[in-house]
Amino acid sequence: MAEIQIKNVAKRFGSYQALHDINLTIADQEFMVLLGASGCGKSTLLRIIAGLETQSTGEVWIGGRRIDHLPPKDRGIAMVFQNYAVFPHLTVFENIGFGLRMQKLPNDQVTRRVQRTAELMHIEQLLKRYSGELSGGQRQRVAVARALAMEPDVILMDEPLSNLDALLRLEMRAELKGVLAESNTTAIYVTHDQVEAMSLADRISVMHQGRIVQAASPVEVYRNPAERFVAGFIGNPPMNFLPAVNSGNGQWTVAGRSLPGPQSAAGNLDFAIRPEDLRIASEGLTARVRLVEPLGAHLLVTCDVEGTMFRAILDSDMAIRAGDHLTLAPMQDRIRWFDPETTRSVA
Amino acid sequence: MTDAATTLVDQSRTRSSGRWLYAASITLLCAWVIVPLYLLLINTLSAPETVNSFPKSFIPEFDLGSLQFFAGFRGMLEALRNSIVVALLTMVMSVLIGAPAGYALSRFEFRGKELFRMLILLTRAFPLPLLALPLAVLFIRTGLDDTAFGLALVHTTLALPFAVLITFSLFSGIPVELEEAAWTLGCTRLTAFTKVVLPLILPGITASAIFAFVISWNEVFAAAVLTIENRTLTAFLLQTLGEAPMHLKFAGGFILVVPALIFIFAVRKYLFAMWGIANR
Repeated sequence: MAEIQIKNVAKRFGSYQALHDINLTIADQEFMVLLGASGCGKSTLLRIIAGLETQSTGEVWIGGRRIDHLPPKDRGIAMVFQNYAVFPHLTVFENIGFGLRMQKLPNDQVTRRVQRTAELMHIEQLLKRYSGELSGGQRQRVAVARALAMEPDVILMDEPLSNLDALLRLEMRAELKGVLAESNTTAIYVTHDQVEAMSLADRISVMHQGRIVQAASPVEVYRNPAERFVAGFIGNPPMNFLPAVNSGNGQWTVAGRSLPGPQSAAGNLDFAIRPEDLRIASEGLTARVRLVEPLGAHLLVTCDVEGTMFRAILDSDMAIRAGDHLTLAPMQDRIRWFDPETTRSVA
Repeated sequence: MTDAATTLVDQSRTRSSGRWLYAASITLLCAWVIVPLYLLLINTLSAPETVNSFPKSFIPEFDLGSLQFFAGFRGMLEALRNSIVVALLTMVMSVLIGAPAGYALSRFEFRGKELFRMLILLTRAFPLPLLALPLAVLFIRTGLDDTAFGLALVHTTLALPFAVLITFSLFSGIPVELEEAAWTLGCTRLTAFTKVVLPLILPGITASAIFAFVISWNEVFAAAVLTIENRTLTAFLLQTLGEAPMHLKFAGGFILVVPALIFIFAVRKYLFAMWGIANR
């Protein structure tokens, strides 16, 4: 059992507040992804859990044990680093067995566990090599095998795939997911790549300026962003926004059109819709096409709605050219509303 | 077409003249080092009459008279032993003090770090003659005068800036993630250092140790001022050869140069490692 609890963790570097009051519970064997742009504090949070960084305030618990005062080696964690950190003076075998040797396990047991994890990561033929003789992908495999061989309660990964080329990244991503699902460890995975986050995570914590703005399943984060930031960050392209004015009785005026929305006393809200949730119809928002990008199955159409940039993903059968006028109807159940003051979602 | 051809010819011409310049510089540099050493060798291996005669022969005679004289010279072996002892002590002390300082400089942020780095260099700004008298007085008071340890202390001061700066750059070349990975794999700060950092840095440490050894071996001023009975080889030769005939001066110089040469030659691999050429 390795449930992770992060309680009121904050971190300051001098006058810079890197993390504000983080509270997060990660269930046993859950795959949690910390997602955010660089500088949002996701790596700092991971390093605090690992014990490589000390929090300014707050507590970290793993498996019902408070561990924030312990050195990294006593926390029951293993970590995979972005630049692999494979020891250059040791063979692959000794790299994978490094942690086991530190635990003073007998030789035959070390050999058995190294062999097993090496087979799991498909690097059993590389055991005698040094890291200088390995490719980036192979080094990454060694780094993951080294962490898995420890049989840790928690495995922490800091952008482990971002130094690999695109094709290899896809392959390793699928493999990582399979291997970790079988290993029964709790995993925390830091990335700035939303596709990686979506495909790997049981739950995603979207981070922004030192705060967790939403922690939910990938589909939930995508469909129901809790804050305008999440809506504008997740999705490629992200959600479209337009200002909406309250016209009473749950009706909102968006770009001259009246649309049903939340029953709210607020004067203004932000209307949001995903580009793929727009259809060409006889009634809807009037948009002037600026740019058409064919993506194969779809067209990515960049338009202009009352001076605001607006993107739609439409079927590629349609003949649309720059300068055309379109009438785009949003799918009613996919429309989201945000409070422009608090930037929070309004139901 | 013709334009391209001329450019090509021009290019190959510049390239070949560049190559000539390169070869010439290398030859000049080698000559700068080798010619004096060679003359020293010839004169050491010549009979006393040949040393003072003119013109010179460029083929050594293999007359071991001068060297034999030195081997039998009273105090000579003693001085050689002193030199080695002082140099070894300097080597050990400058690594033991310098390497931790270099590690701290590369791994930790602390107030006054820049100032500290400058102060390290500033230790080289005080000319030794200026310090010689106060040092001598201090050493006599503390009983460190005329001891190998006392002299090694002074030599360590001279070698330390290099030891700190060399090890600083070596430690900086080792990614922190390697250490962090070791910590997460069950190491303490100390075991991570001995199991991961030390093996990676050993060639560099050896290089900076050699540097300290050579600095101590070559140093003559402090050695001459601070020792009387237990002179090092440099100080001993300076004292005894002042009035000696020419052929003995050559032999003395030879005896000074050769051990240092052999030593550096033996460990040249590590010296290259110090500049990061073979340290992969």
